Amino acid sequence: MTIHFQHSQSAHCENGSTANLLRYYGVDINESLAFGIGSGLFFAYLPFIRINHIPVTSFRPMPGMIFKRTAKTLGVKIFQKKFRDKIASMAALDAVLAQNIPVGLQVGVFHLTYFPRPYRFHFNAHNLVVYGKEDGRYLISDPVMETAVSLSYDELMRVRWARGMFEPRGHMYYPVKIPAQIDLPAAVIKGIRRNCREMLSIPLPFFGIRGIRYVAGQMKKWPEKLGEKQASLYLGNFIRMQEEIGTGGGGFRFIYGAFLQEAAKVLSKPRLRELSQDMTGIGDRWREFAAIGGRIIKKRNNDQETYTAMSVILMEIADREQHLFSELKKAVS
Amino acid sequence: MKREQVPQDDENLMEGRTREVCYAVDEKGDYIQVLSSGWEPKNAALLQAWEQINDEAKEALERIKAGKVSPLAFYMAQGMFDVALLSDYTDIPKRKIKAHLDPETFRHLDETTLAKYAEVFSISIEELVNGPKTTDAFPGEKQRKSIQDNSRHNGDA
Repeated sequence: MTIHFQHSQSAHCENGSTANLLRYYGVDINESLAFGIGSGLFFAYLPFIRINHIPVTSFRPMPGMIFKRTAKTLGVKIFQKKFRDKIASMAALDAVLAQNIPVGLQVGVFHLTYFPRPYRFHFNAHNLVVYGKEDGRYLISDPVMETAVSLSYDELMRVRWARGMFEPRGHMYYPVKIPAQIDLPAAVIKGIRRNCREMLSIPLPFFGIRGIRYVAGQMKKWPEKLGEKQASLYLGNFIRMQEEIGTGGGGFRFIYGAFLQEAAKVLSKPRLRELSQDMTGIGDRWREFAAIGGRIIKKRNNDQETYTAMSVILMEIADREQHLFSELKKAVS
Repeated sequence: MKREQVPQDDENLMEGRTREVCYAVDEKGDYIQVLSSGWEPKNAALLQAWEQINDEAKEALERIKAGKVSPLAFYMAQGMFDVALLSDYTDIPKRKIKAHLDPETFRHLDETTLAKYAEVFSISIEELVNGPKTTDAFPGEKQRKSIQDNSRHNGDA
């Protein structure tokens, strides 16, 4: 049994499976639109929550959030379920596939056999779509892979039952009701406004623009406070969160730039295309920031390329993003 | 980022299995998706993470050789499992896992328990019991070697 499902690669797994699932039902949406409507751009630095002794940095909202918001904002009803029992979770998947419905799954990547080994950490909020079963193998559209892949029953069950942080517990989801008329302009405006709010107005120092300034303030103290080795590990982790598989480059800033171009068309607001250009410039600055960080990690940095210099770039980025989101807020008000 | 600036710094970290989508602008200033096989700063950060894991695994191996811990310690370090995560995966209580880190206790483990550990680490019971033969070929290790090879060939500064 195979469902005619179009695999389309994306930068990020969550936007990608969201867009792929919705497109199957005729909703004309791509990754960047799904990302923007779901208000996917974010920044968080949580010094008090550590993974492997390193504070959590995130360039996106909590896993699952983008999908939930995109679906809700578009008026799409989603069925979703987590399980207590492994076998039951596989039976439920089979039952839905038998009705020719493609199914979104949350999985862990540690045991994900087709994934490149160096990327197989204990990360449990990966998303993929199962679109059929052939000769006992599940056909899989994994949004970050170039081509469609497949997994055996045991392999799929294993990744659906990964353990640790964000454990999926067999989590599966699929759209059950698509509105006859989708109000795309309203959804785009809603997505932009919510994103402006989250970048500009969360009254805590760890989130949005405030979070970028906060980490900028911390970063210049890292070498002295933590020692060279640990400072370098903090930096490496930061860069991975910014650039590793899934952000499309520059900590999602380029995807958001692409979204603003789409939004300019959907809303007939040329101003948003100008702001997209500004966003591209900011994304480029994030890349320059990462390039210096990469040289520090490799100990190939010159005298000017220090933690302090990186902190200065972050402050500049924070100023530019604050200006951009203020302008963006005006443009859709 | 312009289309032609999308980096193609392949250090085999994706093992030829895929490339990743980047967003960049074309000549007209329109955003498009461009595939990238890697970017040096990002590769450096990922390799650094593996280097850290490898160091911990090597340290565990030394302690195994010195008779201080059981082979479990090595596979935990290599697979980035702490006691809590391993307990989640195996349903073996944390307290028992801690006990199994002792070489003497480990030596007397039954097949069922050993099989549970081996499955999570994706290795055979034999490998689990005997421990790794060498310190070579941890994930990431091969890549690092191949980079050094490349830089020699290219005369990379």
